[in-house]
Amino acid sequence: MNSISLTTPLGKDEIKRLKIGDMVYLSGSVYTARDAAHKRLCALIEAGKTLPLDLKSQVIYYCGPTPPTPQRAIGSAGPTTSSRMDRYTPLLLKNSGLSAMIGKGNRSSQVVKSIVECGAVYFSATGGAGALLSQHIKSAKVLLYEDLGPEAIHELSVENFPLIVAIDSTGRNLFTEGPSEYKKLIGQ
Amino acid sequence: MKTLPYKKVVSAIRQMCIEAACNLPNDVLSKIKDAYREEPFPRAKMILEQLITNCQIGSSSNIPICQDTGFAVFFVSMGTDVCISDDKTIIEAINEGTRQGYKDGFLRASIVSDPLFSRTNTFDNTPALVHVEPVKGDTCTITLLPKGGGCENMSFLRMLKPSDGKDGVVKFVTDSVIDSGGNPCPPVIVGVGIGGTSDKAANLAKKALLREAGSLNPDPLYAKLEKEILTTINQSGVGPLGLGGKTTALAVHIEHFPCHIASLPVAVSLNCHSARKTVISL
Repeated sequence: MNSISLTTPLGKDEIKRLKIGDMVYLSGSVYTARDAAHKRLCALIEAGKTLPLDLKSQVIYYCGPTPPTPQRAIGSAGPTTSSRMDRYTPLLLKNSGLSAMIGKGNRSSQVVKSIVECGAVYFSATGGAGALLSQHIKSAKVLLYEDLGPEAIHELSVENFPLIVAIDSTGRNLFTEGPSEYKKLIGQ
Repeated sequence: MKTLPYKKVVSAIRQMCIEAACNLPNDVLSKIKDAYREEPFPRAKMILEQLITNCQIGSSSNIPICQDTGFAVFFVSMGTDVCISDDKTIIEAINEGTRQGYKDGFLRASIVSDPLFSRTNTFDNTPALVHVEPVKGDTCTITLLPKGGGCENMSFLRMLKPSDGKDGVVKFVTDSVIDSGGNPCPPVIVGVGIGGTSDKAANLAKKALLREAGSLNPDPLYAKLEKEILTTINQSGVGPLGLGGKTTALAVHIEHFPCHIASLPVAVSLNCHSARKTVISL
């Protein structure tokens, strides 16, 4: 497994060299956004308005964390199911210059197509490992849509956040190739 | 008649919510550790190792092991000789305990008051979902299953024909798990409800998740079916997170009930590897 350290914002060249199965340790800023936040952002795009945050070369993390305790920057913070964002992703990718998304689970063929067209990348974080992943989040603040509670857009500062490249900028997909690779290993 | 003080029930429920969020039950953790030892695929092994570390961090630092602290689903076996003080029902006590537990434990509020239109967060994770079953005696046993949305969305119901038989059941259940891929956070625990009506089958599938992970149905025919389905699922190669590997499911639990001559309802309820639950008897 190839191991690569990256810092946001992510340039096109950095994204191009990422291949499925690579381990990435991400540092810098990432923005959380889930279903309700995506709905609002895409409504603005459709209405021809400017987005309230600049996502060019940035990373969106599909995450709704638990609330911070007085001692911590953030609570538990693992990825949520990405396919719920599939309806919004092509529009957002084309209109925001977004570089990468972090979530769990496979994406639709339309999303894969726009990942290729826009030169983006999709990372898988470890679903259900919210306690472990929170250790890599150094600070967190609510940036937008506070009324959405856990679905608000948070700006997180992450350090060596562990990720796996699941869909790369050429459209290769670890959700189809990973199981085949395993079967080859055991000689099936 | 035994009277349970309302405040005592509320406080017990509050504690159950917090404990369930931060601690994976030993039966599930030991299944993940077994899977880690037996996993030949390096990527899958690394992911399973992360899951074990995650549980250690959760219990030692008192932080929820998953950010989705779930819909608070309760199964209550209520003794017919038990009542709650202060003219309250068990459902009122559970809702108040859930409200306090999710707030005081810094757990995520994941419930919206209206499912379709306003979708406004209730900010205290209520209402809880409560299934009450009367039993004889003077004890009240309460099980909490905090159910994450990601795995709950991968629930399936199929009204098979009686002629579909055992093979139809195996195909439907295995396809459900394999098609779900990485969405429900595999390795999963698979709850299967067979028989009854459509609603009964769905309830049985959920109840099957309450069993000790890997325990077998007492009926040898169903126990054999559980093993067969588990083997078939784990031959798929879906693996942890859906990124390939030996371990797609940790266990398959089947519950069954009599059914109509025309029917063969089958429901599937998946639980993620973060298969949390707490039980108390009052």
